[in-house]
Amino acid sequence: MKKYQSNYPIKAFLFLTLLWMQFSSYSQVVVIEDYADFESEYLVGRSSDTIYVFNFWATWCKPCVQELPYFDSLNQYAGAKPISLVLVSLDFKTQIEKSLVPFLTKNNIKNEVVLLADGKVNKWIDEVDPSWSGSIPATLVINGDKRLFFEQSFHSYNELINTILKIEK
Amino acid sequence: MKKLMMILLVGTLGYGTSVMMTEKEETNGYNIGDVATDFSLKGIDGKKHTLSEIEGAKGYVVVFTCNHCPFAKMYEDRIIALQAEFGPKGYPIIAINPNDPIAEPDDSFAKMKERAKEKGFNFLYLLDDGQKIYPQYGATKTPHVFLLNEKRVVQYIGAIDDNARDEAAVKEKFLANAINALIKGEKISPAVTKAIGCSIKTK
Repeated sequence: MKKYQSNYPIKAFLFLTLLWMQFSSYSQVVVIEDYADFESEYLVGRSSDTIYVFNFWATWCKPCVQELPYFDSLNQYAGAKPISLVLVSLDFKTQIEKSLVPFLTKNNIKNEVVLLADGKVNKWIDEVDPSWSGSIPATLVINGDKRLFFEQSFHSYNELINTILKIEK
Repeated sequence: MKKLMMILLVGTLGYGTSVMMTEKEETNGYNIGDVATDFSLKGIDGKKHTLSEIEGAKGYVVVFTCNHCPFAKMYEDRIIALQAEFGPKGYPIIAINPNDPIAEPDDSFAKMKERAKEKGFNFLYLLDDGQKIYPQYGATKTPHVFLLNEKRVVQYIGAIDDNARDEAAVKEKFLANAINALIKGEKISPAVTKAIGCSIKTK
């Protein structure tokens, strides 16, 4: 093995650490190609100790953008059960770097974002909820085996949290 | 997570998105077999149009669509092609903008005229002024299609095809298949489809 005479490995380590810190301060976007993967990874078999909220949105959808701050505030919710939020973006894959990431950065959204890229929309809309016509924004709430679905906008944090907590009733 | 691709993305400078809109939900509307209402709505030619006045119509392809919605835009060329194919056969496209122009300035009557001219719309493009018609149909988004027969009985509700993003990748032309089935007197299947769309904008 070659012996390093310089402090190159230390410099490299510091550089990578700084780079990692830099990267991790940016938003994280998970791209999912197949709705079945979304369902198995995010929707089924979830603990009843946490309320899971899935907000279907897109950067081009004005009412979605308007209600996003209320969803972002859910991270500060301190109720009996914690709320875990996943922002499900329906932006196009080609728009990730052009629109989605700049949007998340500008609005300082640190929450997990899943970009659902499955093109078989006619099939998976019904699997999210049969009552969904396909218009966004739309919100799915899951707690254990219980599911609630809302094809609507929210106009205040209180309206949102009161609606989400219906799952506990 | 095999099909998941984790992407760490480097942020760049963003740009603003105006936040002015609210929306309401309409859950009632037509099902297959219901008789759809006729209407008298102003078109981009400045004249009022009704379904019953369309000469030679054997059916009606009512498409709720608009200027601003990215999904509506992606379908503009396909709606033009549908009118070119089925209009002469007696199945004209009647496009209706259901959005409130105050809530969505890009969908104003003036902008409708502009867009129609730019794209060379070959079909009627009407404004649901006062938003009285779309709730009766049960349109919730743009684009949202209702295929009616000669007696205005609803035959098909839903999407134009199965791929908004990429016309070349379309596998099922839901609307064209439905119109062809109606022409041949065959069963329309599927009679209801779904797609992502922009919620209808109200004050």
